[in-house]
Amino acid sequence: MSVNNEFQPTIVAFCCNWCSYAGADLSGTNRLQYPANVKIIRIPCSCRLNPMFILRAFQRGADGVILCGCHPGDCHYTTGNYYARRRMTLLFSMLDYLGIERDRTRVEWVSAAEGAKFAATMNDFAATIHKLGPNRRLEDLRCRKD
Amino acid sequence: MQRVGVFVCWCGSNIAATVDVEKVAEVLGQEPGVVFSTHYQYMCSQSGQELIQNAIREHSLTGVVVCSCSPRMHENTFRKTCEKAGLNPYMVEIANIREQCSWIHKNKEEATQKAVILGRAAIAKVHLNAPLTAGTSPVKKRALVIGGGIAGIQTALDIADAGFEVDIVEKEPTIGGKMTQIDKTFPTLDCAACILTPKMVDAAQNEKIKIYSYSEVQSVKGFVGNFRVTIKKKARYVDETKCTGCGLCTEKCPQKKVPNAFNLGLDQRRAIYIPFAQAVPKIATIDADYCTMLKTGKCGVCSKVCTAGAIDYKQTDRFIEEEYGAIVVATGFNPIKLDQYDEFAYSQSPDVVTSLEFERLMNAAGPTGGTLLRPSDGTHPKTIVFVQCVGSRCDDSKGKSYCSKICCMYTAKHAMLCREKYPDTDVYVFYIDVRTPGKNFDEFYRRAVEEYGVHYVKGMVGKVVPENGKLKVQASDLLGNRQLHIDADMVVLAAAIEPDKSARPLATMLTASMDTNDFFTEAHPKLRPVESPTAGIFLSGACQGPKDIPETVAQASAAAAKVIGLLAKDSLICNPCTAAPDELMCNGCSSCEKVCPYGAITYIDKEFRGPNRTTLVRRVAQVNPAVCQGCGACTVACPSGAMDLKGFSNKQIMAEVDAICR
Amino acid sequence: MMDTIKRISGVNPRKCMKCGKCTASCPAFDEMEFHPHQFVDMVENGRIDQLMQSRGIDFCLSCFACVERCPRNVEPAKLIEAVRLAVVRQQGGDHLRPEAIPHLLDENLPQQAITAAFRKYRK
Repeated sequence: MSVNNEFQPTIVAFCCNWCSYAGADLSGTNRLQYPANVKIIRIPCSCRLNPMFILRAFQRGADGVILCGCHPGDCHYTTGNYYARRRMTLLFSMLDYLGIERDRTRVEWVSAAEGAKFAATMNDFAATIHKLGPNRRLEDLRCRKD
Repeated sequence: MQRVGVFVCWCGSNIAATVDVEKVAEVLGQEPGVVFSTHYQYMCSQSGQELIQNAIREHSLTGVVVCSCSPRMHENTFRKTCEKAGLNPYMVEIANIREQCSWIHKNKEEATQKAVILGRAAIAKVHLNAPLTAGTSPVKKRALVIGGGIAGIQTALDIADAGFEVDIVEKEPTIGGKMTQIDKTFPTLDCAACILTPKMVDAAQNEKIKIYSYSEVQSVKGFVGNFRVTIKKKARYVDETKCTGCGLCTEKCPQKKVPNAFNLGLDQRRAIYIPFAQAVPKIATIDADYCTMLKTGKCGVCSKVCTAGAIDYKQTDRFIEEEYGAIVVATGFNPIKLDQYDEFAYSQSPDVVTSLEFERLMNAAGPTGGTLLRPSDGTHPKTIVFVQCVGSRCDDSKGKSYCSKICCMYTAKHAMLCREKYPDTDVYVFYIDVRTPGKNFDEFYRRAVEEYGVHYVKGMVGKVVPENGKLKVQASDLLGNRQLHIDADMVVLAAAIEPDKSARPLATMLTASMDTNDFFTEAHPKLRPVESPTAGIFLSGACQGPKDIPETVAQASAAAAKVIGLLAKDSLICNPCTAAPDELMCNGCSSCEKVCPYGAITYIDKEFRGPNRTTLVRRVAQVNPAVCQGCGACTVACPSGAMDLKGFSNKQIMAEVDAICR
Repeated sequence: MMDTIKRISGVNPRKCMKCGKCTASCPAFDEMEFHPHQFVDMVENGRIDQLMQSRGIDFCLSCFACVERCPRNVEPAKLIEAVRLAVVRQQGGDHLRPEAIPHLLDENLPQQAITAAFRKYRK
């Protein structure tokens, strides 16, 4: 994905089906723009996110990964996002140990009514990743495109 | 390898205007395993669906990818389409290229590229899909209505009419809600009690309806069709089965200085009370905060005068467990507290009242017996100023950003009633906009102006200063471009309304979502207005947004219709995307059991064949698919990777990740 | 000019819903030919010159009652302050002539006020 040779980051967004995915849909319904680099993967709940998926994304050349779930206390499955929060905290310290910049991964709570917040979050995250530049540390060279 | 068919939808110009659909279909057609790829204007239309079905038959497709709108919109439609053509419905994947692509991007090249990538991810996923069969779960044919106002009563009556059992849980000692406090109703000016109390009696006498008054919902477990609810019956210190509602105790109780909540503190009641004469159930309740017997152990007058022997000072909170198939939320509203609005002197003068207090002052059963008197000195007010939008349409932290919807009409009603009863009064209404969308509403407002001579002034009151028994009102008249100074006797504030405080914890219990104002959100703002996004939870009345009585009743009946539709089914089709362990990999550690919010996972000892004809008994996890909701918490908790989620398996999500990062 | 006023004041006049609570609260109403809700409207519709020529803007007490009471956080007083500032900044809008000063003087007036006013209004 390179338009006029500028760095175009690949950003993977994991969104829970009940809140954040609906929030992303709402930002679409409201025609709120965010960069096309963001690709959303739907998961039933933020607690479905295995930290392995994030490592896999980095390995395959993603430059940033963001997890969006329901606000704490509002999980469709009552407690799912609490698990997600704890797992991500652990993952963050591991990524830190591996030398991945802390800002490449993020957790945001976006409810189904927060289309504007979703778009704003994605804009901000994409800008952050853009500033950080390409992720090379975890990338599996065998997966290199060129 | 699956034989995949790709169907790219134009959605008219919604997608086609920013995504080159032909190119998307062409590029995706070259993906491995894709044997058919096409595009069409409206894939969800009859002919679009036929196109998919024909392709499935002609090309013996085993997987279908539809690049269209959000799966939240049409996933079910396309699943049904494929099922009719003989394909397992769970072999369909949707690539969301409308809400998450064409609508948010302007650059056609970028959007097309993104649509291709989203399509690739869906293709990668569908290659790993497996046919799934949904199980069924039984439906408990009983409904719970939380809140016993006009919304709750109407919903309960309609559900009971269809022959199903309904329970109403009401936190106050009587059902009836806010409507019991209202005097007359707009635009017909018929008395609220005359139309409400018969309904309350109907509800009480209906053998299908059970009323839990002075009760709250303590906890909710389970899921649609099978909710298990614990109801807390608060101690009212009166035996409900014995009390006859004669009211003798409420006359003899020596504790006379209790602010009467029913009259919003405008007068006083006893510590043992029946809120009003037509209360349902008509049972006395002891207010534990004021009762001398409960506080000091010395009194017992009510117990002595009660001929039925119903008083029980030792009563405690009781908990009742009940199973329901559906839950209706009808928690209603409250006017906001006005202590932040000191410019209107609400806390400084008793003659500045809210509209609901004014309603009580005008009511024949109210503290003044229906004569409009100033609360401060009991004199007849000559000049009354009504202020609209107090706390509504506010962008600051003090008020609410929304329009409370009902104030324009009830203020017109108040103004009209004042002028009708007391033609010698001067009535001013300060408004920003008069909003009267409703049947006969604008005519009603015009009548207040033209026939009753109410002074409607476009402007706002800036401040109210109590001085020498008068209220000095400083206001603006924007059309006259002047500042008005009025010596008023009474000021009535149309306070904004907000959802009841009990709604937020209830929403957490029900896992029903709310907006930032604590109103419950609907499953779809236009097409599913009485359902919560959480299955089996329905919305009735002002808990979903500000509403007047006709709208509330309409929504209440709509919610009842939805509940009846659910309860009429004997069983519900379960979500087949449940967790399932690989028993050979499971090491019996119980990690998954601990994280499961539904208790769907149990452990059994199972016999496995070992080498050399030996058998081996191992402890392995087992998932009850009827209880599992498919959140996937267990799949991540499993240290050996034995637990996986059907429809969202580790391999499927990884494949999507790979496709996106490729 | 409209943008300058908006930038100096940080006020977005579009937020105004024309309720008139500012005008209702204003203690200097009688002194001004334009009233708080009109300031907002005039800035929004680009009638700034008229506002700048008005003597009424000097009678705004900056009591901030309108800012405090505005339900939509429009802050009309800040707009007025910005208009005053714009008047001060522009050339030739002098309100103070040296020959007028002797009449204005009284013995209680601090010297510094005259100097400051002179610096401000003589450009």
